[in-house]
Amino acid sequence: MADITQAAPVTRPKIHRAPFRWGAVVNHAVLIAGALFMIAPLLMLVQMSTIPDAEILRSGPSLEIGDRFGANVDKALFGSMSYSGETTGLNMFRNSMILGLGFAVGKIVIAMMAAYAIVYFRLRFATLAFWLIFTTLLLPLEVRIVPSYEITQKLGLLNTWTGLIVPLIASATATFFFRQFFMSVPEELVEAAKIDGAGPVKFFVDILVPLSRTMIAAMFIIMFVYGWNQYLWPTMVSTEEGKFTLVQGIKQITQSLEGGHIPEFGRSNILAVLAVIPPVAVVVFFQRWFVKGLTDSDK
Amino acid sequence: MKRAGFDNRWLPMLLLVPQLSIICLFFYWPAWQALRSSFYLEDPFGLGQTFVGLKNYTRLWDSAQYMRNAWFTVWFSGVVTLFSLGIALLLAVKADTVLRGAKTYRTLLMWVYAVAPPVAGFIALIVFNQRWGPLTEFFSQFGWDIRIRLDYHDTAFAMIVASIWKQVPVNFIFFLSGLQSIPRAVREAALIDNRSGFSRFWTVTFPLLAPTGFFLLVINITYALFETFGMIDTILRNNPGDMPVTLVYQVYLDGFRGQDIGGSSAQSVVLMVLVLALTIFQFRMVERRIHYT
Repeated sequence: MADITQAAPVTRPKIHRAPFRWGAVVNHAVLIAGALFMIAPLLMLVQMSTIPDAEILRSGPSLEIGDRFGANVDKALFGSMSYSGETTGLNMFRNSMILGLGFAVGKIVIAMMAAYAIVYFRLRFATLAFWLIFTTLLLPLEVRIVPSYEITQKLGLLNTWTGLIVPLIASATATFFFRQFFMSVPEELVEAAKIDGAGPVKFFVDILVPLSRTMIAAMFIIMFVYGWNQYLWPTMVSTEEGKFTLVQGIKQITQSLEGGHIPEFGRSNILAVLAVIPPVAVVVFFQRWFVKGLTDSDK
Repeated sequence: MKRAGFDNRWLPMLLLVPQLSIICLFFYWPAWQALRSSFYLEDPFGLGQTFVGLKNYTRLWDSAQYMRNAWFTVWFSGVVTLFSLGIALLLAVKADTVLRGAKTYRTLLMWVYAVAPPVAGFIALIVFNQRWGPLTEFFSQFGWDIRIRLDYHDTAFAMIVASIWKQVPVNFIFFLSGLQSIPRAVREAALIDNRSGFSRFWTVTFPLLAPTGFFLLVINITYALFETFGMIDTILRNNPGDMPVTLVYQVYLDGFRGQDIGGSSAQSVVLMVLVLALTIFQFRMVERRIHYT
């Protein structure tokens, strides 16, 4: 907050073709500083992966660009991981994809079905179902992590995709969001569809789903990022190295940094960058939907 | 529920079954388990349980380690929230003002939203590397010798910096969209009435952004409480020792590693109560927010 009180006085009114704008210079300076603060760490990771590990060990990141990038990418993707040799970067990437996509698709499908049932049907237990579902918004998985683990274990779901993905779906964020959206769809649409003889399934598949396209896209982006970035739950549930995701592997990656001989900075940095690329790409390329989804759904 | 709905009896049930069964299995059951085991002491060999009443809770209160981590969590959340909100607000106001390159700035300032917390921890380990970390070198010029994972406060500092880096983008996105939803007419009227950008910010923009700020306050506290787990675990490399950890980390340590189910459940219940209080606070703020607009 202190920064604002210092910097705010120099803001000038936004007028086109003002004679000379010191204000604009300061604005750009602040924004460039902010952008650098955000992006510098990532550039540093990439720079370090172009330099031989021995040199990094001696003097750390610098501005020099070396020629090891390709070799390190190759090692990160295809080389077996030093701590056990059971998995490769590519395999962890695949597992992360399964978690991210599985979580996003599963959550959206289940949420749309439930929201459709709540909004469009006369249901005897509607209020009860509504409260049962929306109470889950109150408590994140982390506060009930140990009993959730025990139950997953009892059901024999440790080290399975079901055990990894399904418990994460047990919260109603997406359901709430789709409910809000369905409520805003004009009533006349159902009436017209009914007059035309459309049943509930046909109305859902042919009218409501196409109508929700933008919302589905926005939800998909947010849920994919959320699923891809999961850490605590995968750490507890997937203990076989063949099932490790990239984000979960980060800790192992840092531990291999401390290994006996020269730590493999190049390879571990490439793996960290790899863990960042898909979610960041989704957010950057589908920015408009993402921002809309985020700012609409959380309110 | 819509006035014009369908009258099918079995279809809605069928549609609700997946969601309800997942919720019952992985939400209500574990939540109930946590509540129940918080009143029991479990035999270390899993042979039986003894009802101990509130003993698990008083044990927390008496534990110096738990109380220290509770205080750490409180001020950690406070500092992270304050700084990430402040920096984000400054950047959002500037990004809203500039005419050239607005889109590029927006992208550069928000992409970190998608970075996983453990990666933030991984980066912190590098920039605070004992020997050559850029930030270690920077602070050593002021005579501050940062030693993360060895010194309590230095480690806390690294955690705070990493958390702020990770949290600024979310706040930025919300503040920017809040700023852009201020009607043009209001801005122009303010421009005519008030020459000074500084006082215009405090008398017009800031009050209009206040509801967004209240909302973000809760989001940020929840973030600092729960989502920093991966970052902390990466920085501590699985080996917390004497270093600062948040309460969620403590739940994991005691319940999952230490097998103290009763104590860990009591901690879970404490966190549940905390989140419920936050949620109620948020709902009240949302109500007030409707007043504003």
